Amino acid sequence: MATIEFKRISKKFGDETVIPDMNLKISDGEFVALLGPSGCGKSTTLFMLAGIYLPSGGELLFDDARVNEVEARDRNVGIVFQSYALYPHMTVSKNIAFPLRFQKTPESEIGRRVKEAAELVQVSELLDRRPEQLSGGQQQRVALARALVKNPALLLLDEPLSNLDATLRLAMRTEIKSLQERLRVTTVLVTHDQVEATTMADRIVCMCDGKIEQIGTPEDLYRRPASKFVAGFVGSPPINLFEGTVANGIVEFGDARLEITGDAGSSVAVGLRPEHLYFADSGIPATIVQHEPMGREILYVCETPLGLVRILETAAAASQSIGTSTHFRFETENTLAFDASSEKLIPRVRIRVPEK
Amino acid sequence: MGAVREEATVRTQVRKAMKARERTNMAIFLGPTILIVSFFFVVPVIVDIAISFTDLGRELRITEITTKNYERTFTRDRQLPGVIARTAFYVGATLLIFNTTFGLLLALTTTAIPRTSGTFFRAVWLLPRMSPSVVYAILWTWSIHGGDTSLVNQFLINVFGFEEAIDLIQLEPMWVIIFANGFIGASFAMIILTSAIRSIPEHLYHAARCDGAGSLAVTWHITLMHLRWPLTYIFIWQTLSLLTSFEYILLITGGGPFRSTTVFAIFIFQRAFGSAGQYAYGAALAFFLIVPGVILALLLWRISKMGTLLQRPRIEVQ
Repeated sequence: MATIEFKRISKKFGDETVIPDMNLKISDGEFVALLGPSGCGKSTTLFMLAGIYLPSGGELLFDDARVNEVEARDRNVGIVFQSYALYPHMTVSKNIAFPLRFQKTPESEIGRRVKEAAELVQVSELLDRRPEQLSGGQQQRVALARALVKNPALLLLDEPLSNLDATLRLAMRTEIKSLQERLRVTTVLVTHDQVEATTMADRIVCMCDGKIEQIGTPEDLYRRPASKFVAGFVGSPPINLFEGTVANGIVEFGDARLEITGDAGSSVAVGLRPEHLYFADSGIPATIVQHEPMGREILYVCETPLGLVRILETAAAASQSIGTSTHFRFETENTLAFDASSEKLIPRVRIRVPEK
Repeated sequence: MGAVREEATVRTQVRKAMKARERTNMAIFLGPTILIVSFFFVVPVIVDIAISFTDLGRELRITEITTKNYERTFTRDRQLPGVIARTAFYVGATLLIFNTTFGLLLALTTTAIPRTSGTFFRAVWLLPRMSPSVVYAILWTWSIHGGDTSLVNQFLINVFGFEEAIDLIQLEPMWVIIFANGFIGASFAMIILTSAIRSIPEHLYHAARCDGAGSLAVTWHITLMHLRWPLTYIFIWQTLSLLTSFEYILLITGGGPFRSTTVFAIFIFQRAFGSAGQYAYGAALAFFLIVPGVILALLLWRISKMGTLLQRPRIEVQ
C-alpha cells in the first residue's frame, strides 16, 4: 500500500514534451483512472509510476519518499499490460512465480503464494498450461495474478480490458473492481474508455495533451465537467455542444435564440446532454433525421435551428418516426456553459428555452 | 433439362481450366527451384555416387566397377582418422566460439547500444562477408605472415616490444583458420539474432523489469529464451556450412603446414584433384559429407516446422 504524489513532474522525449507539469496526489488504497484520448500522456504517466520511464523534472513520491531514480525492479509495483505480456516459454505457474524468484522467496512459500494468487483470479486449473493455450480472458487473469502475487504497493493497469470482447470486458470490470476493494491496493488504471473509468475508479484524472483537465469523482466529471473537453469526453452518447454569442440575456446561434442567466462572456459554448433532452409540444423545433435503437433507449438525431442534436429517449420502441417535425425541451438545471475561448466551465450560468 | 446439362458442361470446363492453371502456376513458381536443385544437388550427388564405385583417375578412363574406394576409406587410408579429428575440432571450435557465441554477443551488444552506432558496428562485421574470398584471404596472409612487415608483427614488435617476428601460420595454423572463418561466420548469427531480438515485444522487457529482474536476468529469461529456436537453426546451418568450408583454408594455409589444417573438405580436394588425381576415391570420400548434410537438412526441416508452414491455411481469405 502506498500514497503517490506527482510534484511538478515533467517528461520529455528528446525535444518533445509529453507531460509539461503534472501535480497529482493519490491516497492509500485509492483506485484512480487516468482517462484521455490516445497520445494524451496517460501511458507515459503510468510508465513513470512503474519506473520504466524516468521523469525529466519534478519529484515523484511513494509514501513521501522520492523515487525518481529508483529502478522499476525496486519499486514493488505490479503491472498488467494491454497485451498481458505473459512470458510465452513459461507455464502459467512459472509466470505467476516469476516476480517471487527475485525477492528470494523460499521455494515452499513460492508454491503457496502462486496457489493463492491463482485462486484469487480463478486460474487454479490452468497452472500447467502455457500462455498460447489460454484465451484472452484467461491470459488477463494470469497477468493479474502475476501482478498481485508479490503484494505490490501499487497496482498499475494499462488498458487491461481493451483486448477482451464486450461481454468478458463487463465481467472483468466488475471482478477487477471487487478485487481492488478486497485487497485495498492503491491502483492506477489507464484507459481511453470513459465507461471503464467511471464504473471502476474512485476518482478519475481526465487528461488532454499531457495536461490534467480535471480530477474528480465520476459524478463530478459528468455533472460538473471543468472544460468543454471533459464534457465531450465523458458521457455516452456524447454531449451536444453549440457555440453562440451572448447579448442582453440572450444567446444567439444563427437562427435560434435561447435565454441565458448568470455572468457569461460575449461568446459561449452551450452543452446539452442527450439524456437531458426530451420531446414536447412546444420548445425548440426539431425534425427527426435518424433513430438508433440501443435496447432500453433510443437515440434520435434531429435537425434543429441549433444544428444536429442528439436526443436520448428511454423507451423500447421509437415514439417518433423519421421525418416527423416536433419540438424538444430541457430543464434549466441540466445545462452547461463553457467560455468559448478558454473552453472552461462558467459556473452558475444556465440556459433556458424561451417561453413565447 | 438442356439448361442443366449446359451448366454441368460449363462447370466441367471451368474445373478443367482451373486444373490447367494450377499446373502452370506450379511450373512458374516452383520450376526454377526444381531445376536448380536438380542440376546443382541431385544430379551431382548421383554422379558422385556413380563415380565412387569406379576407378576413375587422371586418365579419365573407367576400367572396372568396384567397391574398393569404400574399402580403402575404412581400412587403408591412414590419414583419415587425423583428418576427421581435425575437422571435428575445427567445426566445433569455430561454431561454438564464433558462429554462435560471438555472433550472439554481437547481436546482444549492437542492439543494446544506440541504433546508429549499432548499425555501424554490424556493418563493420559484415565487411568480410561482402569482400571476395581471395581479397579476404590475402588480407589475412598480409596481416599474419612471418615477416617483420606483417600487421600482427608490427604490433608485437613496436607496441608490445617483441624481439623478433612470429609466424602464426607455423605456430598456430588451426587457430588461424578458425579465426579467419569465424570472423565471417559470426555475422550470419549476428544478422539473424539481431532481427530476432528486435522482434521480441518490448512489453515483455518492461514486465520483467517490473517483476524485479535485473539486466542479466532479463537477458537470460527474456532475450535468450526467445533466441532458442534461431540459435538451433544457426547451429545446424553453420555446422553444415563449416563441414564443407574450403576456400579460405585453401587460400590461407593450403591445408598445411604438414597437413595440420587439412580438414575433410580440403582432404577430398587434395585426394581427388591433388597430385594423385584419384577422382573415384575423392567421390567416395565426398559421399561421407553428403550423408551428414542430408541428415542435418532433414533435421532443420523438422525443427523449423516447415511441414506446418506448408499446410493449407485454416482461414479462408475471400
